[in-house]
Amino acid sequence: MVNYMAEPLVFHFEVDGDNFTSAGQASVQVKKNLRELGIDPETIRRVSIAMYEGEINMVIHAHGGVAEVIVSDESVEIILKDTGPGIPNIEQAMQEGFSTAPDNVRSLGFGAGMGLPNMKRYTDYMHIDSVVGVGTTITMKVNY
Amino acid sequence: MTVSELAAVQGFEAVTLPDGERKIGGVYIGDLLSWVMGRAKADDAWITIMSNINVAAVAALADVACVILAEGVELDGTVKETAESKGINVLTAHMPAYETAMALASRL
Repeated sequence: MVNYMAEPLVFHFEVDGDNFTSAGQASVQVKKNLRELGIDPETIRRVSIAMYEGEINMVIHAHGGVAEVIVSDESVEIILKDTGPGIPNIEQAMQEGFSTAPDNVRSLGFGAGMGLPNMKRYTDYMHIDSVVGVGTTITMKVNY
Repeated sequence: MTVSELAAVQGFEAVTLPDGERKIGGVYIGDLLSWVMGRAKADDAWITIMSNINVAAVAALADVACVILAEGVELDGTVKETAESKGINVLTAHMPAYETAMALASRL
Protein backbone atom coordinates (compact mmCIF):
# COMPACT_ATOMS: atom_id res chain seq x y z
CA MET A 1 0.00 0.00 0.00
CA VAL A 2 1.22 3.44 -0.81
CA ASN A 3 -0.90 5.39 1.62
CA TYR A 4 -0.83 4.79 5.31
CA MET A 5 -4.32 4.56 6.72
CA ALA A 6 -4.95 5.48 10.34
CA GLU A 7 -8.28 3.68 10.25
CA PRO A 8 -9.99 1.54 7.61
CA LEU A 9 -11.90 3.27 4.81
CA VAL A 10 -15.43 2.02 4.31
CA PHE A 11 -17.39 2.30 1.07
CA HIS A 12 -21.08 1.49 0.98
CA PHE A 13 -23.17 0.64 -2.10
CA GLU A 14 -26.76 -0.24 -2.86
CA VAL A 15 -27.01 -2.85 -5.63
CA ASP A 16 -30.06 -2.25 -7.81
CA GLY A 17 -31.79 -5.58 -8.33
CA ASP A 18 -34.06 -4.52 -11.16
CA ASN A 19 -31.46 -3.23 -13.50
CA PHE A 20 -29.34 -5.95 -15.01
CA THR A 21 -27.62 -3.68 -17.47
CA SER A 22 -26.23 -1.38 -14.78
CA ALA A 23 -24.94 -4.29 -12.69
CA GLY A 24 -21.28 -3.74 -12.02
CA GLN A 25 -21.49 -0.05 -11.19
CA ALA A 26 -20.42 -0.64 -7.59
CA SER A 27 -17.48 -2.82 -8.66
CA VAL A 28 -16.32 -0.29 -11.23
CA GLN A 29 -16.57 2.46 -8.59
CA VAL A 30 -14.54 0.35 -6.14
CA LYS A 31 -11.94 -0.21 -8.83
CA LYS A 32 -11.65 3.57 -9.26
CA ASN A 33 -11.45 4.21 -5.51
CA LEU A 34 -8.75 1.57 -5.00
CA ARG A 35 -6.74 2.94 -7.89
CA GLU A 36 -6.84 6.40 -6.34
CA LEU A 37 -5.57 4.90 -3.08
CA GLY A 38 -2.53 3.56 -4.91
CA ILE A 39 -3.31 -0.11 -4.42
CA ASP A 40 -1.48 -2.46 -6.82
CA PRO A 41 -3.29 -3.39 -10.07
CA GLU A 42 -3.45 -7.16 -9.44
CA THR A 43 -5.11 -6.65 -6.04
CA ILE A 44 -7.57 -4.24 -7.65
CA ARG A 45 -8.31 -6.78 -10.37
CA ARG A 46 -8.96 -9.55 -7.84
CA VAL A 47 -11.19 -7.37 -5.65
CA SER A 48 -13.22 -5.93 -8.49
CA ILE A 49 -13.82 -9.28 -10.25
CA ALA A 50 -14.87 -10.98 -6.99
CA MET A 51 -17.19 -8.11 -6.20
CA TYR A 52 -18.66 -8.00 -9.70
CA GLU A 53 -19.49 -11.71 -9.56
CA GLY A 54 -21.20 -11.11 -6.23
CA GLU A 55 -23.10 -8.13 -7.60
CA ILE A 56 -24.30 -10.15 -10.59
CA ASN A 57 -25.45 -12.94 -8.26
CA MET A 58 -27.42 -10.45 -6.18
CA VAL A 59 -29.10 -9.08 -9.32
CA ILE A 60 -29.86 -12.53 -10.76
CA HIS A 61 -31.06 -14.24 -7.61
CA ALA A 62 -31.89 -11.76 -4.87
CA HIS A 63 -33.36 -8.54 -6.35
CA GLY A 64 -30.25 -6.65 -5.29
CA GLY A 65 -28.75 -5.98 -1.90
CA VAL A 66 -26.05 -3.97 -0.20
CA ALA A 67 -22.29 -4.09 -0.55
CA GLU A 68 -19.67 -2.81 1.84
CA VAL A 69 -15.98 -2.56 1.03
CA ILE A 70 -13.50 -2.02 3.86
CA VAL A 71 -10.00 -0.98 2.92
CA SER A 72 -7.45 -1.41 5.69
CA ASP A 73 -3.66 -1.53 5.84
CA GLU A 74 -3.55 -5.30 5.34
CA SER A 75 -6.49 -6.16 3.11
CA VAL A 76 -9.63 -5.22 1.22
CA GLU A 77 -12.72 -6.82 2.70
CA ILE A 78 -15.97 -7.12 0.73
CA ILE A 79 -19.27 -7.85 2.45
CA LEU A 80 -22.28 -8.56 0.23
CA LYS A 81 -25.64 -8.85 1.91
CA ASP A 82 -29.02 -9.69 0.39
CA THR A 83 -32.46 -10.76 1.50
CA GLY A 84 -32.95 -13.17 -1.40
CA PRO A 85 -34.01 -16.83 -1.38
CA GLY A 86 -30.79 -18.13 0.20
CA ILE A 87 -28.57 -21.00 -0.98
CA PRO A 88 -29.94 -24.44 0.00
CA ASN A 89 -26.71 -26.34 -0.69
CA ILE A 90 -23.56 -24.22 -0.51
CA GLU A 91 -21.21 -27.07 -1.37
CA GLN A 92 -23.12 -27.71 -4.60
CA ALA A 93 -23.29 -23.99 -5.40
CA MET A 94 -19.51 -23.75 -5.09
CA GLN A 95 -18.95 -26.35 -7.82
CA GLU A 96 -17.83 -24.96 -11.18
CA GLY A 97 -20.65 -25.33 -13.69
CA PHE A 98 -23.51 -25.63 -11.20
CA SER A 99 -26.05 -22.90 -11.94
CA THR A 100 -29.66 -22.06 -11.21
CA ALA A 101 -29.68 -18.94 -13.40
CA PRO A 102 -32.63 -18.51 -15.78
CA ASP A 103 -32.27 -18.63 -19.58
CA ASN A 104 -32.54 -14.86 -20.11
CA VAL A 105 -29.46 -14.42 -17.93
CA ARG A 106 -27.58 -17.15 -19.79
CA SER A 107 -28.24 -15.46 -23.09
CA LEU A 108 -26.30 -12.45 -21.78
CA GLY A 109 -23.25 -14.63 -21.18
CA PHE A 110 -23.77 -15.19 -17.44
CA GLY A 111 -25.11 -18.19 -15.56
CA ALA A 112 -22.21 -20.51 -16.39
CA GLY A 113 -21.89 -21.59 -12.78
CA MET A 114 -18.59 -19.78 -12.34
CA GLY A 115 -19.63 -16.89 -10.10
CA LEU A 116 -19.01 -18.32 -6.64
CA PRO A 117 -15.95 -20.35 -7.77
CA ASN A 118 -14.45 -17.17 -9.25
CA MET A 119 -15.09 -15.30 -6.01
CA LYS A 120 -13.18 -18.00 -4.15
CA ARG A 121 -10.44 -18.12 -6.77
CA TYR A 122 -9.70 -14.42 -6.54
CA THR A 123 -9.87 -13.95 -2.78
CA ASP A 124 -7.77 -15.15 0.14
CA TYR A 125 -10.77 -15.69 2.38
CA MET A 126 -14.43 -16.32 1.58
CA HIS A 127 -17.30 -17.22 3.85
CA ILE A 128 -20.94 -17.76 2.88
CA ASP A 129 -23.62 -17.36 5.48
CA SER A 130 -26.98 -18.26 3.99
CA VAL A 131 -30.41 -19.10 5.35
CA VAL A 132 -33.10 -20.29 2.95
CA GLY A 133 -35.95 -17.79 2.81
CA VAL A 134 -33.97 -15.18 4.76
CA GLY A 135 -30.95 -14.21 2.69
CA THR A 136 -27.24 -14.55 2.07
CA THR A 137 -24.20 -12.71 3.37
CA ILE A 138 -20.84 -13.29 1.71
CA THR A 139 -17.63 -12.02 3.27
CA MET A 140 -14.45 -12.00 1.20
CA LYS A 141 -10.97 -10.73 1.87
CA VAL A 142 -8.09 -9.98 -0.45
CA ASN A 143 -4.74 -9.49 1.29
CA TYR A 144 -2.05 -7.25 -0.22
CA MET B 1 2.12 -4.84 -30.28
CA THR B 2 -0.22 -2.04 -29.24
CA VAL B 3 -3.97 -2.02 -29.77
CA SER B 4 -3.64 0.87 -32.26
CA GLU B 5 -1.14 -1.15 -34.30
CA LEU B 6 -3.56 -4.08 -34.35
CA ALA B 7 -6.42 -1.81 -35.43
CA ALA B 8 -4.36 -0.89 -38.49
CA VAL B 9 -3.94 -4.54 -39.56
CA GLN B 10 -6.11 -5.65 -42.48
CA GLY B 11 -9.30 -7.34 -41.29
CA PHE B 12 -9.38 -5.40 -38.02
CA GLU B 13 -11.23 -2.17 -37.41
CA ALA B 14 -11.30 0.16 -34.39
CA VAL B 15 -14.72 0.69 -32.78
CA THR B 16 -13.47 2.57 -29.72
CA LEU B 17 -9.82 3.36 -29.09
CA PRO B 18 -9.55 5.46 -25.92
CA ASP B 19 -6.28 3.78 -24.86
CA GLY B 20 -4.69 2.74 -28.15
CA GLU B 21 -1.13 2.70 -26.84
CA ARG B 22 -1.93 -0.19 -24.53
CA LYS B 23 0.24 -3.25 -25.23
CA ILE B 24 -1.34 -6.65 -25.94
CA GLY B 25 0.20 -9.33 -23.75
CA GLY B 26 -1.76 -12.42 -24.81
CA VAL B 27 -5.07 -13.68 -26.14
CA TYR B 28 -8.17 -15.14 -24.55
CA ILE B 29 -11.20 -16.43 -26.47
CA GLY B 30 -14.59 -16.88 -24.80
CA ASP B 31 -18.21 -15.81 -24.65
CA LEU B 32 -19.22 -16.88 -21.15
CA LEU B 33 -18.48 -13.80 -19.09
CA SER B 34 -17.60 -15.53 -15.84
CA TRP B 35 -15.24 -17.87 -17.66
CA VAL B 36 -13.55 -14.83 -19.12
CA MET B 37 -13.26 -13.20 -15.69
CA GLY B 38 -11.91 -16.40 -14.24
CA ARG B 39 -9.39 -17.18 -16.96
CA ALA B 40 -8.41 -14.10 -18.97
CA LYS B 41 -5.26 -12.33 -17.83
CA ALA B 42 -4.65 -8.61 -17.55
CA ASP B 43 -3.40 -7.20 -20.89
CA ASP B 44 -4.96 -10.03 -22.94
CA ALA B 45 -6.83 -9.28 -26.15
CA TRP B 46 -10.26 -10.82 -25.52
CA ILE B 47 -11.91 -12.32 -28.60
CA THR B 48 -15.69 -12.77 -28.31
CA ILE B 49 -18.95 -12.58 -30.21
CA MET B 50 -20.84 -11.14 -27.22
CA SER B 51 -21.60 -7.46 -27.56
CA ASN B 52 -24.02 -6.58 -24.75
CA ILE B 53 -23.40 -3.90 -22.14
CA ASN B 54 -21.92 -6.36 -19.63
CA VAL B 55 -18.98 -6.96 -21.97
CA ALA B 56 -17.76 -3.44 -21.21
CA ALA B 57 -17.92 -4.06 -17.45
CA VAL B 58 -16.15 -7.42 -17.73
CA ALA B 59 -13.42 -5.93 -19.93
CA ALA B 60 -12.88 -3.11 -17.43
CA LEU B 61 -12.78 -5.39 -14.40
CA ALA B 62 -10.65 -8.12 -15.99
CA ASP B 63 -8.34 -5.34 -17.19
CA VAL B 64 -7.91 -6.71 -20.71
CA ALA B 65 -6.02 -4.65 -23.30
CA CYS B 66 -8.92 -4.75 -25.74
CA VAL B 67 -12.09 -6.55 -26.77
CA ILE B 68 -12.09 -7.98 -30.29
CA LEU B 69 -15.55 -8.69 -31.68
CA ALA B 70 -15.11 -11.59 -34.09
CA GLU B 71 -17.30 -12.32 -37.13
CA GLY B 72 -17.80 -8.59 -37.74
CA VAL B 73 -20.15 -8.29 -34.73
CA GLU B 74 -21.13 -4.68 -34.08
CA LEU B 75 -21.66 -2.75 -30.84
CA ASP B 76 -24.84 -0.76 -30.43
CA GLY B 77 -24.58 2.95 -29.64
CA THR B 78 -25.07 2.79 -25.87
CA VAL B 79 -22.50 0.03 -25.40
CA LYS B 80 -20.05 1.95 -27.55
CA GLU B 81 -20.47 5.06 -25.40
CA THR B 82 -20.02 3.03 -22.21
CA ALA B 83 -16.88 1.35 -23.54
CA GLU B 84 -15.46 4.70 -24.57
CA SER B 85 -16.19 6.27 -21.17
CA LYS B 86 -14.65 3.32 -19.31
CA GLY B 87 -11.49 3.50 -21.40
CA ILE B 88 -12.13 0.15 -23.09
CA ASN B 89 -10.59 -0.45 -26.51
CA VAL B 90 -12.95 -2.34 -28.81
CA LEU B 91 -12.05 -3.65 -32.26
CA THR B 92 -14.09 -5.58 -34.79
CA ALA B 93 -12.50 -8.42 -36.76
CA HIS B 94 -14.16 -9.43 -40.00
CA MET B 95 -13.33 -13.11 -39.55
CA PRO B 96 -14.16 -15.96 -37.15
CA ALA B 97 -12.51 -16.24 -33.72
CA TYR B 98 -9.98 -18.85 -34.89
CA GLU B 99 -8.69 -16.76 -37.79
CA THR B 100 -8.69 -13.68 -35.55
CA ALA B 101 -6.49 -15.49 -33.04
CA MET B 102 -4.22 -16.77 -35.83
CA ALA B 103 -3.79 -13.22 -37.14
CA LEU B 104 -2.85 -12.08 -33.64
CA ALA B 105 -0.55 -15.03 -32.91
CA SER B 106 1.72 -14.20 -35.81
CA ARG B 107 2.20 -10.69 -34.46
CA LEU B 108 2.61 -11.14 -30.70
